Amino acid sequence: MLMRGRFGAYGGAYVPEILMPALEQLERAFLDAQEDPAFRAELEELLAKYAGRPTPLTRCRNLGSQRARIYLKREDLLHGGAHKTNQVLAQALLARRMGKTRIIAETGAGQHGVATALAGAQFGLETRIYMGAHDVERQQLNVFRMELMGAEVVPVESGSRTLKDAINEALRDWTASFADTHYLLGTVAGPHPFPLMVREYQRVIGREARAQILAEEKRLPDAAIACVGGGSNAMGLFADFVADEEVRLIGCEPAGRGLDGGEHGATLLRGRPGILHGAETYVLQDEDGQISESWSVSAGLDYPAVGPEHAFLKDSGRADYVGVTDQDALEAFALLARSEGIICAFESAHALAHALRLAAEADEQERELVLVVNLSGRGDKDMAQAQKLLGRMK
Amino acid sequence: MSRYERMFERLRARGEGAFGAFVMLGDPDLGTSASILDALVGGGADMLEVGIPFSDPVADGPVIQAAAVRALAGGVRPAHCFALLADFRERHPEMPVGILTYANLVIAQGHDNSHRFYRLAAEAGVDSVLVADVPLFEAAPFLASARAAGVAPVLIAAPNTPPETLAGIASEGAGYTYCVARAGVTGADEEVRFDAPLLKALAALGAPPPVLGFGISKPRHVRLALAAGAAGIISGSAIVRLIADNPSDPAAAVRAFAAEMKAATLPAGAQ
Repeated sequence: MLMRGRFGAYGGAYVPEILMPALEQLERAFLDAQEDPAFRAELEELLAKYAGRPTPLTRCRNLGSQRARIYLKREDLLHGGAHKTNQVLAQALLARRMGKTRIIAETGAGQHGVATALAGAQFGLETRIYMGAHDVERQQLNVFRMELMGAEVVPVESGSRTLKDAINEALRDWTASFADTHYLLGTVAGPHPFPLMVREYQRVIGREARAQILAEEKRLPDAAIACVGGGSNAMGLFADFVADEEVRLIGCEPAGRGLDGGEHGATLLRGRPGILHGAETYVLQDEDGQISESWSVSAGLDYPAVGPEHAFLKDSGRADYVGVTDQDALEAFALLARSEGIICAFESAHALAHALRLAAEADEQERELVLVVNLSGRGDKDMAQAQKLLGRMK
Repeated sequence: MSRYERMFERLRARGEGAFGAFVMLGDPDLGTSASILDALVGGGADMLEVGIPFSDPVADGPVIQAAAVRALAGGVRPAHCFALLADFRERHPEMPVGILTYANLVIAQGHDNSHRFYRLAAEAGVDSVLVADVPLFEAAPFLASARAAGVAPVLIAAPNTPPETLAGIASEGAGYTYCVARAGVTGADEEVRFDAPLLKALAALGAPPPVLGFGISKPRHVRLALAAGAAGIISGSAIVRLIADNPSDPAAAVRAFAAEMKAATLPAGAQ
């Protein structure tokens, strides 16, 4: 390896020795491509003409107030329906650059799987997606989308049958297949170089948002807010704001049915440092180190570890992490639909819920407040579940 | 001299290879697990490799994963495994025993000056610890803890491991060198290939004796591996599957298998 792959004490590359050469090859290809103007140009063209970048920054007309202004970074408008497409296109270009003919990926909500499938179709790469059997059941529409684009979806029956088990299975596949296969990991977790590489490929979110808010408000926002499962949309938003000390960075973890019960996915708030899926980071686990099963209404946040850079940002105090319950997220989801005519993903609704809380506080205290919320994905995939859950809430 | 060194020397003098047997501790339950270890020794195993069950074993195929699931479902914890191993050591003072597990279980036991896990292993009479998801790149603190506790850190070498890493594995590893016979996760294969260049490179570097694992399930594989230059082999998935398939008397089943595999390690004239 050319780098240690650490964010403070976190990160690293904890994989079986046999995978190290594959990670080294990937690190080299990534670093080379970062310096290659032709690679950058091809990626930028894809992002603009295929994926639809830049995405707009929308000021809410009806949520927030004149004083407390909420801006939404509209990754929900990106092709594929979520921010995932940004980095998938980049990794697919890298896979081609390394001469790989096959890509594999894990998926939780199915958004990363859909993004990987569209890249596979676009670049003619054989594509296999591992998806927890439980997630296959709750995200049928995305399974069909992936298959429509030619990907093979493999339901994973082991463990909790969710995202963590899909990652285990993808890692097992890669251990045998790395010679011709690229593992297109979907978030800023996993072994080095994935956390660094995925952050760099998602950085475009914050770069655009920063320029857009400066144009609108002639100043930086008071806070940049994003939901955190593995943490890629949050790192993508945060990366270009990290040096702006006056901007609070706030990550919203899924508090599920409450932080004090066992049914949540709030890794940074309730976990402790451990090693899972190749990285040293916060992990939900029991006292022996067995990994706990996480819970969230949103499959995309249902993950018992988190990207190691978030662990570093938490310990260093640069970012704050808060919990948002299923209930609060669902209410924000419904409110956004009714007030702004935008149906967002359950994941993104966690970030919005916290922004609404902060905006209401500021309004009460007659304080001016400017918030940028990463609306990381659209809600089409969640329609069946929303219908069931909101019907019950009435 | 360590138990591993004494065992390899004894076998070398007789022209035999080492038969290593792997099982998951606590599968199907702690009591049966202890009798399975005794049966493996009785059948002729030269060294034992034991898994401490982990919830997310990424280096293992479906057979060993399922064994970990069974053990965890039965409430098996690392403390139970250490107690079981300490009892085993009293019954078998000379049998080399290694633990194979994952990094999160090691660090979860805590760290004061060094990882407490290695001290617990040493107290239970364990000779070596192999952490499947710690490559040489991340091994330094684990190696230091192992040395401090007097436990041999076993490292893994694969056919694609670059020469500079192999040199590190040769100088830092101890006990034996776990050679992965092929890419992929653990599992019992019909046919296996052996990487003679890897074994030659390790020998030239003066690495701890190379023992081949992954896919080895038949006496024929044992003979091929030893002919390619391995000091021994480890068979895991085949044994774990026998345990699952013979719920009424798993000890008898593994004993017979161990005897058959051990016979294949004997010099040609003796077989």
